[in-house]
Amino acid sequence: MSNKVLMKGNEAIAEAAIKSGCLYFFGYPITPQTEISEYMAKRMPKVGGLCLQAESEVAAINMLMGASAAGSRAMTSSSSPGISLKSEGISYIAGCDLPCLIVNVQRGGPGLGGIQPSQSDYYQATRGVGHGDLRILVLAPSSVQEMASLTAEAFDLADEYRMPAMLLADGALGQMMEPVDFSVFPKRELAPKTWATNGLKNHEGKKNIINSLFIDPNELENSVIERYKRYDIVEEKEVRYEEYLTDDADIVLVAFGITARICKSAVTELRNQGIKAGLLRPVTLWPYPKKIISKLADHAKAFISVEMSMGQMVDDVRLAVNGKRPVYFFGRTGGIIPSVEEVICETTKISETL
Amino acid sequence: MYKTVFERPKALTDVPLHYCPGCTHGIIHRLVAETIDELEILDNTVGIAPVGCSVFAYNYFNCDMIEAAHGRAPAVATGVKRTHPDNIVFTYQGDGDLAAIGTAETVHSATRGENITVIFINNCIYGMTGGQMAPTTIPGQVTTTTPYGRFRSIQGNPIRVCEMLSTLDGVALAARVSVDTPANINNAKKMIKKAFQNQIDRKGFSIVEVLSTCPTNWGLSPSDALQWLRDNMIPYYPLGTYKDGEALKDGE
Amino acid sequence: MTTRIIFAGSGGQGIQFSGKQMAKTGMHVGMNVTFLPSYGPEMRGGTSNCTVVISDEEIGSPSTNTPDLLVVMNKPSFDKFEPKVAPGGIIFCDSTLIDKKSERTDIKAVYIPATELASDNDLGGFANVIILGQIIKQTGIFDFEEFKEYLLSNIPATKTALIEKNEKALLLGYGY
Repeated sequence: MSNKVLMKGNEAIAEAAIKSGCLYFFGYPITPQTEISEYMAKRMPKVGGLCLQAESEVAAINMLMGASAAGSRAMTSSSSPGISLKSEGISYIAGCDLPCLIVNVQRGGPGLGGIQPSQSDYYQATRGVGHGDLRILVLAPSSVQEMASLTAEAFDLADEYRMPAMLLADGALGQMMEPVDFSVFPKRELAPKTWATNGLKNHEGKKNIINSLFIDPNELENSVIERYKRYDIVEEKEVRYEEYLTDDADIVLVAFGITARICKSAVTELRNQGIKAGLLRPVTLWPYPKKIISKLADHAKAFISVEMSMGQMVDDVRLAVNGKRPVYFFGRTGGIIPSVEEVICETTKISETL
Repeated sequence: MYKTVFERPKALTDVPLHYCPGCTHGIIHRLVAETIDELEILDNTVGIAPVGCSVFAYNYFNCDMIEAAHGRAPAVATGVKRTHPDNIVFTYQGDGDLAAIGTAETVHSATRGENITVIFINNCIYGMTGGQMAPTTIPGQVTTTTPYGRFRSIQGNPIRVCEMLSTLDGVALAARVSVDTPANINNAKKMIKKAFQNQIDRKGFSIVEVLSTCPTNWGLSPSDALQWLRDNMIPYYPLGTYKDGEALKDGE
Repeated sequence: MTTRIIFAGSGGQGIQFSGKQMAKTGMHVGMNVTFLPSYGPEMRGGTSNCTVVISDEEIGSPSTNTPDLLVVMNKPSFDKFEPKVAPGGIIFCDSTLIDKKSERTDIKAVYIPATELASDNDLGGFANVIILGQIIKQTGIFDFEEFKEYLLSNIPATKTALIEKNEKALLLGYGY
């Protein structure tokens, strides 16, 4: 017990980042993630780091790009509307093969939306986080412990594959407190950043250029193809998910983040009622755990994607199931967390049709 | 016994520039490169190229280079400088990049007193995209998006960057120079060198605005373009040093 | 065994403190806990509430529509949450501030004039702590001595007045 501290999810992200060697934070206040900035502002000066409040999300993501280009481990955080503003920079960072961490503590949208928790930036994170052919790593914590551990993991993954990583959380995870243990994060062996633009004298006199511009379409195509080879390795090696009672499940709930916890409670209760439900929780949203879903479709009779949106991840479930089984959707949106009772009710209804 | 009296600065790569004939970007590149050579900072300098005509500047300077998104060079420079305070960091930006889409990044990096050097090329037009109105296009000037001339009542007024930035406490140097005559080129060099020296001396944000020509999009010969600059730009954008000092520090 | 608690009242009544204290103690004694505050503009002077879940099992949802325990310290919170209490649950009302009574027969209602008790005993601002004492008495969710010692140990030792007042308030609530 002694290793555990009761902490807000937002604070756990910040502390885990610092413990992972991130000494530079560039942010802009927006509910419900502002505690990250505030925590960084307090802690960074004490560890010799920097927390800089930018004039906009746009500036913050570009400061992050500069820091990352210079070889520094750095991050930014925001919530949904702010991520839209950052999307330009994220595309450039991806196009320049730079590692960094972007945290999105989601709130309801579109537009100014609301400030209550949401998962309606799933498409944005996994499909349209910036213009062009690109992917970013997307990790979805479902507890305050994972807010911390996946932050640490995201930095290492980003560095290893030289690509941006996003921690896709939500307002509930950001605001809620749970015990966290910071002593348990494994670290990867990482190559030195010889590509960094930090002065010729720091990399043996060879000039480094950080750039995403290729006027010749053949050159651009080649650079994108090369990047996608790296994405293939990520898809092969870095998929993370959690299974709960899926082995003999007739009906598999698929949910991530805070919603997965609700579904887990629902699955336990459904089992008590004699319904063979199970839960698959994607931890990485990109790369998506499509192989396991495809495998589960061999015996499960139906899937339900449960989300805090109008149904976004359900598309990925459908793609993975590939017509083998029916895929249903249940969700609440606008900042409402679905209740365990609602999920039980929906699942029961669907199971009756099987 | 011969002595070298003129050569390519070490800070410039040996590749043909893509700039149009008569364009003054080449002169300004050279002035920046000479400065880097003279201050012996090549192995420690990081340059940030913009979007605009000088988008390929990363191919021309021999130091480490980053290509930024349109207007964001000062934010990228902030990220480099704040995490590597010993690097010498400069941005090289046109008028659309610095004074339109990147206004916020420019003003805020200036007022924060970021210890960086900004080389600002003002030629009153968008060159790369083929001659559209810039934030610095002067009243009456014809461009492809002000085909009847720029009207204050329609397109609004141009922006005088050095005058505006000189009001900010984070700015050490705000100077406007021109490269239309040898004398002005010499003076431009002096100011550019000062802007880099300021950074070495940790004085704060230094910007040198260089009035530049765009013969292609102005539709003039190179020499007529220089004359147009003298007749139209200098009266609207007077040459001079608008601020020369040091950014305010804590406790001041 | 899982206990879901909603604390609700007005900003400044120590609603969040109470919730956090329950969660912290749960963590201290080795239980799984979650603390979910309400957030947003409503925090600025309006209503304030939070949800605490304490369990010896893995906690699913950190929020609940059917709390086992409800603490209400103003009338709007009573109106909003009283109907939601799970059958067999307990509602704790600050009867100084809420003149209503629950008409439900499937829950237990505890009326404690915490605000009045606080002002009568020079404990202004400690009504929430008085209620905490009563919660421990009614539910036995934590050992009272352990709860008290842990709460007091979280206060800097230099703040002796604060320690004394918290202890007095807890004892008052526990003994009510």
